[in-house]
Amino acid sequence: MPYNLKEIIAEKPVRFTAGHRMCAGCGCPPAMRMILRALHPEDHAVVSVATGCMEVSTFIYPYTSWTDSFIHTAFECSAATMSGVEAAYQSMKKQGKLPQDKNTKFLAFGGDGGTYDIGLQSLSGAMERGHDMVYVCYDNGAYMNTGIQRSSATPHFADTTTSPAGKVIPGKMQPRKDLTEILEAHHLPYVAQTIGVNNFKDLYEKAEKAIYTEGPTFLNVLAPCPRGWGYPTDMLMQINKLAIDTCYWPLYEIENGVYKITYKPAKKLPIEEFLKPQKRFKHLFQPGNEWMIEAFQKEVDDRWEKLLQLEKATSEPNAEAK
Amino acid sequence: MSIRERLSGNEAAATAMKQINPDVVAAFPITPSTEIPQYFSTFVSNGTVDTNFVAVESEHSAMSACIGAEAAGARAMTATSANGLSLMWEMIYIASSLRLPIVMSLVNRAVSGPLNIHCDHSDAMGVRDSGWIMLFSENNQEAYDNLLMAHRIAEHKDVLLPLMVCQDGFITSHSIENIELLEDDKVKEFVGTYKPEHYLLNSEEPIAVGPLDVQAYLFEHKRQQAEAMRNAKKVILEVSKEFEKLTGRSYSFFEEYRLEDAEIAIVCMNSTAGTTKFVVDALRNQGIKAGLLKVRVFRPFPAEEIASALSHLKAVAVLDKADSLNAAGGALYEDITSAMYIAQKQVPMINYVYGIGGRDTTSKEIESVYTDLQKIVSTGKLENPYRYLGVRSK
Ligand SMILES: Cc1ncc(C[n+]2csc(CCOP(=O)(O)OP(=O)(O)O)c2C)c(N)n1
Ligand code: SF4
Ligand SMILES: [Mg+2]
Repeated sequence: MPYNLKEIIAEKPVRFTAGHRMCAGCGCPPAMRMILRALHPEDHAVVSVATGCMEVSTFIYPYTSWTDSFIHTAFECSAATMSGVEAAYQSMKKQGKLPQDKNTKFLAFGGDGGTYDIGLQSLSGAMERGHDMVYVCYDNGAYMNTGIQRSSATPHFADTTTSPAGKVIPGKMQPRKDLTEILEAHHLPYVAQTIGVNNFKDLYEKAEKAIYTEGPTFLNVLAPCPRGWGYPTDMLMQINKLAIDTCYWPLYEIENGVYKITYKPAKKLPIEEFLKPQKRFKHLFQPGNEWMIEAFQKEVDDRWEKLLQLEKATSEPNAEAK
Repeated sequence: MSIRERLSGNEAAATAMKQINPDVVAAFPITPSTEIPQYFSTFVSNGTVDTNFVAVESEHSAMSACIGAEAAGARAMTATSANGLSLMWEMIYIASSLRLPIVMSLVNRAVSGPLNIHCDHSDAMGVRDSGWIMLFSENNQEAYDNLLMAHRIAEHKDVLLPLMVCQDGFITSHSIENIELLEDDKVKEFVGTYKPEHYLLNSEEPIAVGPLDVQAYLFEHKRQQAEAMRNAKKVILEVSKEFEKLTGRSYSFFEEYRLEDAEIAIVCMNSTAGTTKFVVDALRNQGIKAGLLKVRVFRPFPAEEIASALSHLKAVAVLDKADSLNAAGGALYEDITSAMYIAQKQVPMINYVYGIGGRDTTSKEIESVYTDLQKIVSTGKLENPYRYLGVRSK
C-alpha cells in the first residue's frame, strides 16, 4: 500500500497495542507500531524481541501488547531464536504441516546492546544463513533497561553510567560503531537506516521493503530515549528531526549493494543543535571542551561525506559502467 | 524382524535422529559429538529426512534456534558436548522453563579447563538442576533406544520438558559395537507425530512466549516445572514398558545387576557399568556377593526407588565421573546418600571420583573398590568416604 499516513492509520490494524509500560516520550513504541503496520493485514507474523526496555515493558505476565505471535528468550539471541522459528516454518510448510494459503512473516527486534554488542554474533550468523526475516535494531544508544550504561552504539563523549563524564575522562572516549555498514558487509538484499518519529513515510516504506524482500534484511532505527539522553519528553519530534538534519543519523537504504540516501537536509545543521538539548552532552558545552564538539562534528562530516560517495559510486549508471 | 548392525555410539544417535525425522536440527560441532551433525547433514543433503538443518554459528544459537523452532510448533533436536553445553547454559534453563520438549544428544566430555576432549560427566553434572530430563546410556544400543523413547516422554502432556540422552564420549561414541535397530516404519509409529497444543506458527491463535515473569508469578511457574519433573517418572516407566513390548529390551529407572542377593555394590552411570558387570561376574565366581546398580534416569531422580533397591546392602560405593569441588562429595553420591537418609536406610556409603578427563578405569580398579567395600563390611569402619580412583597422588 503506497504511503498515506491517514489511510494507513485508519485502515491498517494496530498490531502493537496500548497499555505497555515504556516511558512517555520514548522513541521506541511509535516506531515499532509503524513497522508492524507495514505488514499486509492478511499476513500473520512472529515477532521475537531481545531482553531490554522494549521486551520488559510489553510482555509482563499475563499481559501482552503484541497481537501477533511473540517470543522472547534472552538478551543476545533474538536473531538466533527467530532463525529457529523461521527454519521450523520452512520445514513444516514444505512437509504440508502448515496451511499453504497463509503467509507468516518474521520480525526480530533488539536494542543496540542486544544487537551491536552481545547479540552481534547471533545476528551475523542468522543473516549469513539467509533466513527469511527482518532484523530491526531500535538504537537508543545505551543499555537503557539496566540504567543507561554505554554500548558500542553510544555516541562519542556521551555521559553514561559506565562512561561517566568525570574530571579526568570526559564521557565515552570512543566513537560509535557503524552497525549498518557491518550488516551491509553481509551482502544482504536490503539494509536500511531510518528513524522512528518525524519521518513516518521513510520508516513505513523501508519497513515494508524489508519485510517483503525475500531473504534476510536489516533495519537500524534511531529510537531516542528521554531518560538516557536527557531531553524533555515533549521534545521527541524535535530530537528526531535534529538527528537527521545534522546528519548525525543519515537516512539511507542499500538495495543489493546500491546506496540511496533517502533524506538530504536542505541545510545541514551544525551538530551542536542536536547535542545541546541533551543532558548526556552537557559537559561538551563547558569552556575548554570546544575540541570535543569539533571532533564530533568532524566524525559526522566524515561519515556523511563517505555516504555521499558510496551513493555516487554505487548509483545505477556507475554500476553499469563497471 | 529387527535389523542387526554394527555402529558407533555417534552413528547410533544419528540413526535414531534419522528415523525420528525431526522438523529442525540446529547444531554446532564439538568433539566428541561432532559426527552426529555430520552424519545428520548427509541425511539432509541426500533427502533421506525432511529436516531443516540449521548450521548455527555457536551452541548458544543452537539452543536458541531449537527453542524458537520448538515454540514454533516443530520437533527440534541438537547434539553437543562439554563446552558446547556450557555455552548453551543460559538457554538450557530457558528451554525447560518454556516447557519445550527439545531432545538433545549429549556426548559426555570434560568441561574446560584446562582443555580436554575426553570423557567425564562434568558437562552433564553442570546442568543437573536445569529442569531437563536426563537419561544415561551404557552403550550404543542404549543411546539409540533412549533417543527413540525421548520424544514420547518429553512431549507427554503431563511432562512437556526437554530431555537429554547422555553417552560417554569416545568410550561409546567412537567405538563400534553390535546394535539392533528397529525398522523405520516401526520407529515412526512408536514415536508418533508431534501435536503441540499452542504454537507460534498457528496463525489462528497467536500466542506470546517468554514473558517478564514477576514476583507474583514466577514461583508458581517454577512449581509447575517441578511438578512436571515428578510426573515424568510415571511417564518414563510407561513408555519404557511400551518399548519393551516392541523390542524385548527392558528399561526402568535403573538396572539392577546381580543386586538382589548382593552384599556389596557399586552405583555408576554410562559405560563404566559395562566394566563393572564384568568385575561383578568375576567376583561372583569367587563367591563374593557383589552387585551393581546402574542409574539410567538421573533426572527425575528416582530417590525412593534407589534407596529401596540399595537398602539390603552391607556397603555401597558410588562412582562419580565428575568431581563436585565442594569438599563434600560427587553429585551422584550426594543424591544417593540423601535419598538413603530420607528413606531412613542406614548403609555405609563411600564415594569415588574417577575417570576424570578420559582417564581409563580398569577392571582392576573396579575390583579394588569391591575390596574396599569388603574391608568396610569386615571392620565396620568407614573412613574418608570421599575418595579417588585412578589418580596419581603426586
Ligand atoms: C546475558 C545477559 N547479560 C546481561 C543482561 C542484563 N541486561 C538486560 S537488558 C540489558 C541492556 C539492554 O540494552 P539494549 O539492548 O540497548 O536495550 P534497551 O534496554 O536500551 O532498550 C542488560 C545489560 C541480561 N539480561 N542478559
Ligand atoms: S528508559 Fe528510555 S528506552 Fe527505555 S522505555 Fe524509557 S524512554 Fe524508552
Ligand atoms: Mg539501548
